[in-house]
Amino acid sequence: MSHFLLDGTPVPFAAGETLLAAAQRAGQSIAHLCWDARLGPSGACRLCTVRVDGRLAAACTTHAQAGQVVENRTADLDARRLRLTQMLFVEGNHFCPGCEKSGDCDLQATAYALGMTDMHFELLAPQRPVDASHPDLWLDHNRCILCKLCVRASHEVDGKNVFAIGGYGASTRLLVNAPSGQLGDSALAASDLAARICPVGAILPKRRGFAVPLGARRYDSAAPSEAPATAPGDGDGAS
Amino acid sequence: MHATPAAAVTRALRLHRHRRDALVQILRAVQEHTGWLPRPLLAQVAQGLGLTPAVVEGVASFYRFFHLQPVGRYHLLWSDHITDRMRGSRALAQALCTRLAVAPGPVRAGALASVSTTSCTGLADQGPALLVNQHQVLTRMDGERVRQLADLVLGQVPVPDWPAEWMQVDDNIRRADVLLGSPPLLGDALQATLGRGAQATLDALEASRLRGRGGAGFATARKWALCRAAPLAAGATRVVVCNADEGEPGTFKDRVLLQCQADTVFEGMTVAARVLGAREGLVYLRGEYRFLLAPLQAVLARRRARGLLGHRILGCAGFDFDITIHVGAGAYVCGEESALIESLEGKRGTPRIRPPFPVERGYLGQPTIVNNVETFCAAARIAKHGDAWWSARGTVHSSGTRLHSVSGDCARPGIYEYPLGVSVAQVLHDCGAQATQAVQVGGPSGTCIAAPEFDRRLCFEDLPTAGAFTVFDHSRDMFEVAHSFARFFAHESCGFCTPCRVGTQLVLRRMDKLAAGLGSAWDRAELDGLDALMQGTTHCGLGASSTRALRDTLQRFGPAYARRLRQRSFVPGFDLDVELESARRATGRDDAHAHLEQHE
Repeated sequence: MSHFLLDGTPVPFAAGETLLAAAQRAGQSIAHLCWDARLGPSGACRLCTVRVDGRLAAACTTHAQAGQVVENRTADLDARRLRLTQMLFVEGNHFCPGCEKSGDCDLQATAYALGMTDMHFELLAPQRPVDASHPDLWLDHNRCILCKLCVRASHEVDGKNVFAIGGYGASTRLLVNAPSGQLGDSALAASDLAARICPVGAILPKRRGFAVPLGARRYDSAAPSEAPATAPGDGDGAS
Repeated sequence: MHATPAAAVTRALRLHRHRRDALVQILRAVQEHTGWLPRPLLAQVAQGLGLTPAVVEGVASFYRFFHLQPVGRYHLLWSDHITDRMRGSRALAQALCTRLAVAPGPVRAGALASVSTTSCTGLADQGPALLVNQHQVLTRMDGERVRQLADLVLGQVPVPDWPAEWMQVDDNIRRADVLLGSPPLLGDALQATLGRGAQATLDALEASRLRGRGGAGFATARKWALCRAAPLAAGATRVVVCNADEGEPGTFKDRVLLQCQADTVFEGMTVAARVLGAREGLVYLRGEYRFLLAPLQAVLARRRARGLLGHRILGCAGFDFDITIHVGAGAYVCGEESALIESLEGKRGTPRIRPPFPVERGYLGQPTIVNNVETFCAAARIAKHGDAWWSARGTVHSSGTRLHSVSGDCARPGIYEYPLGVSVAQVLHDCGAQATQAVQVGGPSGTCIAAPEFDRRLCFEDLPTAGAFTVFDHSRDMFEVAHSFARFFAHESCGFCTPCRVGTQLVLRRMDKLAAGLGSAWDRAELDGLDALMQGTTHCGLGASSTRALRDTLQRFGPAYARRLRQRSFVPGFDLDVELESARRATGRDDAHAHLEQHE
């Protein structure tokens, strides 16, 4: 099997595999927020930007080739990741202490892992609605980071196409496929992958607070690179 | 007489044979009848195409020229390029709003008029320009025209009855060389191609060293060869796409070529079709050039009648090729070739993940070449006259001639065709520019140079250009130039990737803060930081190039920034005392203790 070098460590890969997919499979970690092994790549969040033979590239969309020298955890790349993470924070309205996802949130855990201690940029403080129309799920656009994991999960796995992306630039937003545009009128079920895959607290189950106590959540004791891929309680048929 | 909105949808769907990949064209056709796109109409389009309403809304809301909220029956968009502003477009827009008694922004359904701005409409040599109902353009606007325009709108006079001279779009060809100086090609290049053969034509193109004129400068023959060699699925065809989405602000050369050399453009596409064995050709015409659609279609019809398009071109069995025109709907990013293909397929114009490149998998998964309007013109000329004739002009690495769209502070704005390698000083001299402070070469995503560099040469080995040449004299504030470009990129970001979607906003906020006189050394450092971050982390070239003008002007025109920076390390972007105003009103206080000093 061919290999590339990730921070000096050989990583085997199959033909057609991306750098990120191969690294994750080999137990190596590259920071990411919009990638999931079960879905096709997107390339939107750019956290997985690495240096491939000296050139910056997104690891989730770059095909692995034998002998590539890939730098990942360098000071420069982590500094870029920190700024990108801060951009995602200031773009939305993220209040971790009041969010049920806290401790199980990829954005928050990534921020901690990168040593983020402030927002750095000014808050853009957009006016975004909360959609509470679904009997079992919340959709809080304030926390959406436009990773499109729910869009892809609904299309590729659930076969429902519940979500789409609308707008452009700063007005880019998640759209719900329903006559009213409301989640409650859509075909989304709490058991769908699209309802469970949100890396932040934008799509959350209702009436399920503190099922896992603070302190015992996925990222409370482990960085994203070390934490299990699914949250505790996620596989218990919660629906 | 007027079709109902629902009937307009039905007709648009039928016209485009219910093809999903025609979604953008269908939405255009519907909106031309309805003025804007209410939700029920989008749902009807979705149903007719078998798409989800959310996907249709996602596409409609991506393009600046589709309106999901009501606009006026006269929707008036001022071109907001820096050269329009230099000629007073902001004051004219304000005067128009006053006369029409409208405010910029949303209007009620059924309102008579709405006024807003749009990115450069490709008329920088004859602005200030106005786009009416995303269809007709008005050039050379001034106070008198604005007064008359307001009267016509208030009198509800139909646009076709407005003064014809307002809609006159001049070629302004100031210097012609081999591309502009020869009559349009009516089959000569095709005859030469048929006589020489496809491979020999490709060889000649390679020997000519022609490089793409859209900005990236990729070798044209190499692109064609890659497409020609790409495997073809059963029932598929190779596709020839002409990129006429001339969105780079300050560029208008493709508009002029489409006005006076349309036959040559189509002939170049047909030569490409012969070389590639392609049956399908598409022109992606930017929405701002909608006024060119009818004349271009007339040219296509004439070429079909002459046997230069369609079945058995020039009587050659198996040489079947035709061209359709796709009209864009206002999105700068669609000039990027993979975003352009997404748009051709009726989707949001988001750049694709590459590889695969379009030459392998492009339009509807088929091997596709996307070339600039000017590139096809050059290719047609090379097919006719041969490679030596072409490469005798220009420099070692930049053969032939190219067109420059000259505008800004000069006596003779317009189109200048020079061999590659002409110096900036020569162009400045020829266009009658005086006391020139700076030239923006290649538009906002290009390079901004100052006087000490005017001996630099316009070619791939020195100053590559996408065709814009915008002149600023010493009366101009280069900070304002960079500020307007920051506004442009923040407006045109497609919103797909984090660094561009958020970064262009943060750059603009920083520039707004400097413009408001609240800048500090901290803001200056922040701009550098954002620039560095966006280099290399964005999904496509739009984000990466969005800070180039910023970087260039910071380096070369530091004083324009410095005079906006306060002698402090940090100044907040808001005024504490102003923020207290609502509290003062609520408590009825206005004494000294109810105020805060910002800077103590």
